[in-house]
Amino acid sequence: MIKATLRRIAPQLAILALALALNFIVFPDFFSIRMQNGRLYGNLVDVLNRGAPTALLAIGMTLVIATRGIDLSVGAVMAIAGAVAALAVTSGHHWTAALGAGLLAGAVCGLWNGFLVAVLGIQPIVATLVLMVAGRGVAQLLTEGAILTFNDPGLSGLGSGAILALPTPVWIWVGVALAAGLLVRRTALGMLIEAVGVNERSARLAGVDSRALLIAVYLVAGLCAALAGVIVAGDIKGADANNAGLWMELDAILAVVIGGNSLLGGRFSIAASLLGALIIQSVNSAILLSGMPVEFNLVIKALLIIAILVIQSPKVKRAVYLLRASTGQPARETRPPAPRRPAEEGRT
Amino acid sequence: MIHRNTLRGLLLGAAMLTPASARAAGETIGFSQIGSESGWRAAETTVTRQSATERGYDLKFADAQQKQENQIRALRSFIAQGVDAILVAPVVATGWDEVLKEARDAEIPVVLLDRTVDAPDDLYLTAVTSDTVHEGVVAGDWLKEAVGDRACNIVELQGTTGSSPAIARKKGFEQSIASAPNLKITRSQTGDFTRAQGKVVMESFLKSEGGANICALYAHNDDMAVGAIQAIKEAGLKPGSDILVVSIDAVPDIHLAIAQGEANATVELTPDMAGPAFDALEAFWKDGTLPPKWIQTESRLYTSADDNQAVYEEKKGLGY
Repeated sequence: MIKATLRRIAPQLAILALALALNFIVFPDFFSIRMQNGRLYGNLVDVLNRGAPTALLAIGMTLVIATRGIDLSVGAVMAIAGAVAALAVTSGHHWTAALGAGLLAGAVCGLWNGFLVAVLGIQPIVATLVLMVAGRGVAQLLTEGAILTFNDPGLSGLGSGAILALPTPVWIWVGVALAAGLLVRRTALGMLIEAVGVNERSARLAGVDSRALLIAVYLVAGLCAALAGVIVAGDIKGADANNAGLWMELDAILAVVIGGNSLLGGRFSIAASLLGALIIQSVNSAILLSGMPVEFNLVIKALLIIAILVIQSPKVKRAVYLLRASTGQPARETRPPAPRRPAEEGRT
Repeated sequence: MIHRNTLRGLLLGAAMLTPASARAAGETIGFSQIGSESGWRAAETTVTRQSATERGYDLKFADAQQKQENQIRALRSFIAQGVDAILVAPVVATGWDEVLKEARDAEIPVVLLDRTVDAPDDLYLTAVTSDTVHEGVVAGDWLKEAVGDRACNIVELQGTTGSSPAIARKKGFEQSIASAPNLKITRSQTGDFTRAQGKVVMESFLKSEGGANICALYAHNDDMAVGAIQAIKEAGLKPGSDILVVSIDAVPDIHLAIAQGEANATVELTPDMAGPAFDALEAFWKDGTLPPKWIQTESRLYTSADDNQAVYEEKKGLGY
């Protein structure tokens, strides 16, 4: 099981190592970590910390994409949840109640998406587009267009605090990832989600309650987005409805894709998506540390990401495989008849 | 062609003759606002409404939600209602000629707020905007003064890449500090005008430069500065003394930060663009006085010498 997982995420691990190496090249002190104010302080910690929102979104997005769906609304849901939590805490509620209210808002959004997709049968990209557009408006209504600031140490601690020297957001995303991973892999849930993604109709005929399952994955995506939204709001001690989570849905989808998950649904790996999120954050970090003029930011990011995706594409993998075979290098496959594996879809 | 020009001349002449003394208070003014994408914009709307009420105007407000077609539709509707003047904060610079001609044909003066358009300037009465290059100059001048002769490494948080305020505020600041060889910008990155990015980028600056090597932060807007102040605090340094903080906009939260000694100076982008616009309109209605084509608003500098707590209290209710 562990070996299989490792083999599955090997490409992502390699790319992450490369991305971190790139950081090291542009900034040799990249790996240095020291204690400051009782917490770990260093660029590596920043990558884990700043990657938290994308990582959380990627967990929910992986499950949604595994069902052959997509959730474009997560960025807007972040804004809503942040606004709700900020509103609750500024009107005098305890921060745990504010967190609960934010999560509840995320759950409602997720259920709405699930309802549109699973019950009304609207295509996911269209169904979630509705909330992507309207959701930000809802958040702006809640904050009245301004940045709603708060000073509650509990709520802001979720975004900028530290537990046992590590930033709180890191604990949160690692915790959610472990919970989600155990839930889908230690039960049959993961397999059922994959079954729905491969062929919803056959899954239903085989007795899978695909409707409930679809609603559940959008609900999880909404909850993950809400958590990310509360973290982002806590980080700046304010709910910025105009900017919180803006375009984050694209980063989340990118993380899932870099994780080698097919947008056509089916087999998925949450671990690989999380590595994808960390890869994106490492690239962002390298761009910031390089000190290049800002005009290059997006171009560099695009080039790096194209490179990552090309390396992962089935055609390139096949070419590499054939190259190895023809030069007679003992690839991993030393078993007698050259397996047809790479000829089938890249990721089995 | 000749005919049209003659007609235009007649219409303009008529426009200048008719207004005059007959008008009393109670003018109707249409205001097409871009939307509410930022706190500043919300404050501009609030201030415009307030000062219209004070002057006894009937303000018809239209929120364009970032779409030019909505603004054009709003303008046409104002023209159809026969308002006495139109204020418009144009969302983009191009594509206004047609509707501005319609307004001119209907003899309704149009005042541009906060942004200008690419249209012949005889199509509108005047434009009230801030000089964003000058804002950068004011920020730079303050820093030169504050730092004096000692060497100072500055990190800069730019606005959204390619946006005109980001370009202009960078240019103005660089112009100002060019005369002081002891001031040097060592890092410059975009923080997208947001608090969250301002904080993230400042974290990176603090690590790549080393907090002790940064003498000042210049942020293209206050929101990024507020985010950066948190990053500076989390790095165990004192914003306002270990690292000087100067930014632009003068939103309430930066006044609070200055009052608490965590920021040093801010240059105001006044939300009161409508005040000068109303003054110009009143003069025009009274005796047809044509204002200059560009009315520049004041870029006032606030420092710890001002009563920032009071300014904060005053601005807090404006919807920033």
